[in-house]
Amino acid sequence: MLRNAWLIPLIPALAFFVILFFGKRLPRKGSEVGIGALTIAFVLALICAGQWIGKETPREAAHAHHTWFTFGGTDFGFGIHVDGLTVMMLVVVTFISLMVHVYSTGYMHGDRRYTYFFAALSLFTAAMLLLVVSDNTLQLMIGWELVGLCSFMLIGHWWEEGVNSGAAIKAFITTRTGDVGLMLGIITLFFAAGRNFDIEHLNHAALTGEIGHGTLLVGAALLFLGVMGKSAQFPLHVWLPDAMAGPTPVSALIHAATMVVAGVYLVARVYGPFFVGFSIDAGGINVVALIGAITVIIAAALAFVQDDVKKVLAYSTISQLGYMVMALGVGAWGAGIFHLFTHAFFKALLFLGSGSLIHAVHSNNMSEMGGLRKKMPTTFWTFIVGSVALAGIFPLAGFWSKDEILLGASKNGYPLMLVVGLIGAFMTAAYMTRACYLIFAGEYRGHAHPHESPPSMAWPLRILAVPAVLAGLLNAPGIGLFNKWVEFDIPGVQPFLHEHDFNYGLAGLSLLVALAGIGAASAYYFRGAFNGISDRIPILKTGERILVNKYYLDDLFLAIIRGIQYPVAKAAYWVNQNVIDGVVNGMGKGAQAGAYLVYDVIDQRVIDGAVNGAGLSAEEGGSILRNVQSGRVQQYAAMLFGAAAVLAVGLVFLT
Amino acid sequence: MYLNEFLMLAAVIFCLGVYGVLARKNAVLVLMSIELMLNAVNINLIAFGAFRDNVIGQVFALFVITIAAAEVGVGLAIVLLIFRNRADIDLDELDLMKG
Repeated sequence: MLRNAWLIPLIPALAFFVILFFGKRLPRKGSEVGIGALTIAFVLALICAGQWIGKETPREAAHAHHTWFTFGGTDFGFGIHVDGLTVMMLVVVTFISLMVHVYSTGYMHGDRRYTYFFAALSLFTAAMLLLVVSDNTLQLMIGWELVGLCSFMLIGHWWEEGVNSGAAIKAFITTRTGDVGLMLGIITLFFAAGRNFDIEHLNHAALTGEIGHGTLLVGAALLFLGVMGKSAQFPLHVWLPDAMAGPTPVSALIHAATMVVAGVYLVARVYGPFFVGFSIDAGGINVVALIGAITVIIAAALAFVQDDVKKVLAYSTISQLGYMVMALGVGAWGAGIFHLFTHAFFKALLFLGSGSLIHAVHSNNMSEMGGLRKKMPTTFWTFIVGSVALAGIFPLAGFWSKDEILLGASKNGYPLMLVVGLIGAFMTAAYMTRACYLIFAGEYRGHAHPHESPPSMAWPLRILAVPAVLAGLLNAPGIGLFNKWVEFDIPGVQPFLHEHDFNYGLAGLSLLVALAGIGAASAYYFRGAFNGISDRIPILKTGERILVNKYYLDDLFLAIIRGIQYPVAKAAYWVNQNVIDGVVNGMGKGAQAGAYLVYDVIDQRVIDGAVNGAGLSAEEGGSILRNVQSGRVQQYAAMLFGAAAVLAVGLVFLT
Repeated sequence: MYLNEFLMLAAVIFCLGVYGVLARKNAVLVLMSIELMLNAVNINLIAFGAFRDNVIGQVFALFVITIAAAEVGVGLAIVLLIFRNRADIDLDELDLMKG
């Protein structure tokens, strides 16, 4: 099965076409095709995982490659590379996608473009799986761009409202800004690796020192631009919160669990150039870890001032993606991937839970929720499970993975990242407490009549709650299976990544920090301590205003564009008025004088005579030929084909 | 490698396309017929490419597909505008350019 893993992306891709062409005529409008295809893909992914785990150690990655054509010694083709990382992603993507499909049958019930929605979901899943299995950077980029396209289609699903289509365009253009870097990076590394797109070859060449350090730095930095766009890292994170304009299942699938981790996956997959290029083993600080760390903090801070429950989760996603990038930046490869794995489950759970809330109260705003604990019991306890897992409380999923990142940062010589990670853990716990308080505690403040969601929406929540609780235990001390299954292993390269043993002191510290976050937020909201603190202390008020305005980043981007455009336009106008106009006016006057002379002598006598004669003959000829110009396109076409046929016959007879 | 069969198929499709372009009144159907002709050409290119065992035919076919997409984009835009202006896309009625 591992060698035939190409079937897994192919099945949803076929489902896309089936839904697109026949979906509307099917009894359940195409949703059954998507769910069936995803079920098959999920089972196949599980079989892959079973076979991978059952392999003898050291496990060797499975390959299959089909060359399309060879051009100048370079191989262009499609291929798969299946190792632990791939298998893990296959299982996660198909599982989350299946849950989202089932959930969508309830959430999107009666939507205008129900069939189209399921077609796009299938295409998205196929593209993501294509990206995951690919063995060369070219194919990876095809999957990457298809994923971006599907994201655009699904964010703008309700495009009749200008806000939604604007958000879709913003997401597309922002990620595209990064993708320019991605493309240049792929080209750079293609030449650096000796005109070869193969990823394993590239990693091998980078890690054995075949490629110079400077080249690797340039290549990896360019690739990282693409990562910043797709995985919403500072400062290109601005699109992700706006992307919440799409339907909630889309947010769960694309903007939390799968597409946005494509960037993280890219760094993990092409880790050789990053590791060597950014000198990750040297410790201290580097660009990848720094960008990740900045993202952790600024996104977590923004999550405090949002009223829209989906935007809270969006900023939380950005912050958690920051954790993953930071983990990869500090050399904790296994920890970053493990966090990707656990985060996918509990963040999908939280998003689907928020969708259930929105479905019930017909509003995204937490100020119109409150007191929903009794009215929506299933949503309540699954949302709480997701929040606790995200906050990193023992023994739920987030605790284990976040702890591993902190451990990696401290053992690999990145003290700054350790501090940032702890602050991030505090903030995460606090803003999730705030969100849970505003949604579930107190009295209901809205005007709708909230009710529990239908079974098609409640069951995915219940199912997702299980891995949100248990997934982290895979790497618990004494078990430690995940790190054995998913390793960064290049044949011919000595292992260079260090996995660290579980550290009770650090784990206890991170747990304490998270509990402190919950405690502080509870004190603020449940007990009313520090109420109005931001109104009394000026510096806090300033801080709040900056957060509400999202650090003025959107304004900054616009200001940069205007700042360049306006002076250039002004200078161009001055040159136009004073220099060019003067020259033009002077020339005009000279030309006028000359022209009068020419007019009297040459024009009137010589040329007019010739022109009138020519005109007369043209008129005569034209009136004959005008019959051909009937204005009918098909008559022209008939003449064209007739002439071509005559020429063809002539060609046959003459040669 | 049976080249003739492919060429015959392409010739038949091409002729269908020519017939459509010349005889159809509906502008959209004419555009579709043009697509038929282009795809007949594509079949020829790929058949010859496979026959000669090189990739040039496929490359050309890819170019043709790209151009065809652009052509249909422009063509449909024109048809749409005509429809908006005249509420009709019958080609026989369109003789504004009559000399």
